[in-house]
Amino acid sequence: MSDDTKAILRAFIVENFLFGDESQPLTADTSLIDNDYVDSTGILELVSYLEETFGIKVADTDIIPANLDSLARIAAFVDRKQAG
Amino acid sequence: MCAIAGYFGGNFSGETGASYLRLMLDHLNHRGPDGNGILVNGDVGLAHARLSIVGLADGSQPMVSTDGNLSISYNGEVFNYVELCQELNRKGHNLKSGSDTQVLLTAFGDKGLDCLPDLNGDFAFAIHDRTRQRLVLARDRVGVRPLFYTHCNGAVFFASEVQALLALPGVSHELDPIALDQTFTLWCPISPRTAYAAIKELPPGHVMVLEAGMQRIHAWWKPEFPDRSDVATDALPENQIEELEALLVDATRLRLRADVPVGAYLSGGLDSSLLSALAAKIHGHELRTYSLRFDSVEHDEGRWQGMMAESIGSHHVSVTSSHDQIRDELPTAMSSIRQPILRTAPVPLQSLARSVRDDGRKVVLTGEGADEIFAGYDLFREAKARRFCGRQPSSARRPRIFQRLYPYLPGIQQQTPEYLARFFGIGAEDLQDPLYSHRPRFRSTASAKLFFSSELRGILGNYDAAEELVSQLPDDFRRWHPLNQAQYLETRYLLPGYILSAQGDRPMMANAVEGRFPFLDHRVVAFASRLHPDRKLKGLREKHILKEVARRHIPGEIIDRPKQPYRAPDAASFAKPRGPDYLRTVLSPEKLKASAFFNPVAVGKLADKAMLGEIASFRDNSAFIGVLSTQILAIGMSDSLSNCENGISPNHVR
Repeated sequence: MSDDTKAILRAFIVENFLFGDESQPLTADTSLIDNDYVDSTGILELVSYLEETFGIKVADTDIIPANLDSLARIAAFVDRKQAG
Repeated sequence: MCAIAGYFGGNFSGETGASYLRLMLDHLNHRGPDGNGILVNGDVGLAHARLSIVGLADGSQPMVSTDGNLSISYNGEVFNYVELCQELNRKGHNLKSGSDTQVLLTAFGDKGLDCLPDLNGDFAFAIHDRTRQRLVLARDRVGVRPLFYTHCNGAVFFASEVQALLALPGVSHELDPIALDQTFTLWCPISPRTAYAAIKELPPGHVMVLEAGMQRIHAWWKPEFPDRSDVATDALPENQIEELEALLVDATRLRLRADVPVGAYLSGGLDSSLLSALAAKIHGHELRTYSLRFDSVEHDEGRWQGMMAESIGSHHVSVTSSHDQIRDELPTAMSSIRQPILRTAPVPLQSLARSVRDDGRKVVLTGEGADEIFAGYDLFREAKARRFCGRQPSSARRPRIFQRLYPYLPGIQQQTPEYLARFFGIGAEDLQDPLYSHRPRFRSTASAKLFFSSELRGILGNYDAAEELVSQLPDDFRRWHPLNQAQYLETRYLLPGYILSAQGDRPMMANAVEGRFPFLDHRVVAFASRLHPDRKLKGLREKHILKEVARRHIPGEIIDRPKQPYRAPDAASFAKPRGPDYLRTVLSPEKLKASAFFNPVAVGKLADKAMLGEIASFRDNSAFIGVLSTQILAIGMSDSLSNCENGISPNHVR
């Protein structure tokens, strides 16, 4: 599941935050903030996407870099939410 | 207020020189519709387009001194010309005080370049000294009036606007990749660089001397601050408020001097409200005020403007800008701005200036400059808050301070402290970095370089605009208080490079309207530089001392209202186009490939998002306006956009 989630997420980030530019570095652990891929409005866009796509509810306290700042972290977060 | 142009040197006849002067004037007449003149003398040519404001009857230019030795072409105003004239007459001259041009010419004849510190004004001028066979170009302290130059046909050509130089045969229209990188990081090129590779700018506060085949450029003024250990703490706040009030009254009084009526821009914020109130009192009769309104609630300040106009009893004129108008008028605006922009804010300022012109006025006071010299921008408060958090990076509580800074940004209000800390770089940044205050802005702006093409990236290599900025900082910069460092960066770079040009001189002069800036009177600037930083930014309260002065003149509601930075709708102006328009042409894959600055695939997706009205983030807004404005410059100007399918030569990256 996690690999599928990662692939879906990757496609979303490339399309929405990198405008299809595959040449930008984006590994599982690339920081989305440090590379300026998302800003404060981008995070809210990401949260709304996660809720709609994966049917999860993201609490205010969930919105922290530890959960959302890389593909691996987001995928793990989505998995935890779906399991829980 | 006017336009100047000219040349020095060159291997061409006087007749050819005169034709060059006329060609440049053809592209400057909007700045000076009241008359023009040219003067050719050996290898020097001077041209002038005039907007008559002072010395209506005897101010024609180029002007030659009575002994025939000096000739001048001059754009701007020396506001203290009356006092200078009296001083010169005491020394034995016999001047009538009717024309500031004559006063400037005489002062220069007496003291040469040493006369510059005596001038209280906004100016760019060229003076030819026949005996010494030299040409002197000079520009005012902070860069209110523009002056550009280029080398062509063995001569140095200069002009008030870029397009006059671009009109000369043989001057390349290619945009400069480095300038583009600087704009997509710092918001503007670092002078003397301009958006065009072939054209340079004389930096603010500088002179250029052309003599015996040599070109020398040096600073005659620069912003200065006391050492951090040396900031004045002894003066009583009450005395400083008195002193500042007296200075502002005098700066405004001098700027009301004109042989035509002077009006005032009124945004509804603190700075323009205070100026309008002072002007109305000094004026003694009804002042005319001019405001910009927006059809979107988010940007409109009509309520405050109305309140202020009523409070001072001005005859008030307001003009409303709309999303459609911004979209439709961007190309026209770019034809005078001539540098890529990342915000649409300059566009509505054209309509505002037009409303002044339509109202039969030529001169307005404006409040620009106060945010730079009295620390009004959010950036100054943000830097202070970041230092506060940076000293305790592990604190979970401190980052909440950013929500107080940006009450109007929902994206910030909805963040957790952990994300706030990351967005504002807490813990990751060097507190000693000279660009500390500006790093988040430079970083978030530079993120729009995502859209640069691989060709442009190849040319730029490892070029770093911020690093170039650091290399230019004065030696004593590191000894200044952090707030003064941040103020220097704003005053020296963004103020002339964007605020006074793209949002100041260009939109105003496109409508033959002269802006005057009492907050940029050099005495006010020097006073503010000497102030203890806490008297400017007290806690997180911006422009503290200015608010104390304002309390004596304007309603408290205006002073205490939430600060609203001047903004116009950016990408939202381009949502849901009604039909085929220039957007699809300049952003077409063919045109993007032709200019080669941007990645056509990524820009295509960005443009689709813009047209659907789905652009929300800072980066995408900046990127969209940045790409669009650059493409307009690269592909062709407004009058050619309708037929830019038909062979307008594109402007390549190389």
